[in-house]
Amino acid sequence: MAETRVLLEFPVEGGNFPAAGEAASKVKKTLQKLGIDSDLTRRVSIATYEAEMNIVIHAEYGKITLQVDAEGIWVRAEDRGKGIPDIDQAMLEGFSTAPERIREMGFGAGMGLPNIKKCADQLEIKTKLNVGTTVDMGFYYPAKSKSEKRTT
Amino acid sequence: MTLKELAAGIEAEVVTGEERLGEKITGVYVSDLLSDVMGHAREGEVWLTIQTHTNVVAVALLLNLAAVVFTAGAKPDALTVEKAKKEGTVLLTTHLSTFETAGRLYLKQNEKAT
Repeated sequence: MAETRVLLEFPVEGGNFPAAGEAASKVKKTLQKLGIDSDLTRRVSIATYEAEMNIVIHAEYGKITLQVDAEGIWVRAEDRGKGIPDIDQAMLEGFSTAPERIREMGFGAGMGLPNIKKCADQLEIKTKLNVGTTVDMGFYYPAKSKSEKRTT
Repeated sequence: MTLKELAAGIEAEVVTGEERLGEKITGVYVSDLLSDVMGHAREGEVWLTIQTHTNVVAVALLLNLAAVVFTAGAKPDALTVEKAKKEGTVLLTTHLSTFETAGRLYLKQNEKAT
């Protein structure tokens, strides 16, 4: 088994919009310090940001865990909250359950999970209604990893 | 095009990041949906938006954007300015509409290319 080099945990508070993005920002800074490839860092940062925003928008509280080892980079976003009734529906671009006041801020466009799927090499979502959701994302080092494509 | 040239071309005021105006931009992205920007904007681009809350700075930072331009007279709130100062993010404001701003920048960029 590969040796774990870094294991960090960042708390995320539901509804705290001014602080939203701080966990993703810390993840990015950690990866930059470790000298991780910039394209990979970017993909991890985007996916982590989206997962963090999902907690802020939809859940009561949660945490983001970052693990960096010889195999790749692993980010887990787990929350205590209402859960996702239909994961297939949530994966559809444009589908959102975010309330109007949050959409007015430019969130809740129904692009969060699709963005995560585009950035991560591995994605697993476990959810239980009225209990919470765990999103596991895996990113491989370049060569094995997919490169990000711009879709317009 | 440098940020300084960009600012002059769209009659923009510099809110934060004066020291970075010599930097060159790689392009422009226009959107008010944060996830759309997260998914499509690229490093070194300038982001035109009317969203003014603190998360705009978080997005700009995560993507290494060159600057954020608040269009149509939108002004960033105090918390946004404070965060941008702390993180070294360039914030500009312009009274021009998003359409006018984007149009001028499009012409400016293409005039350089030909």
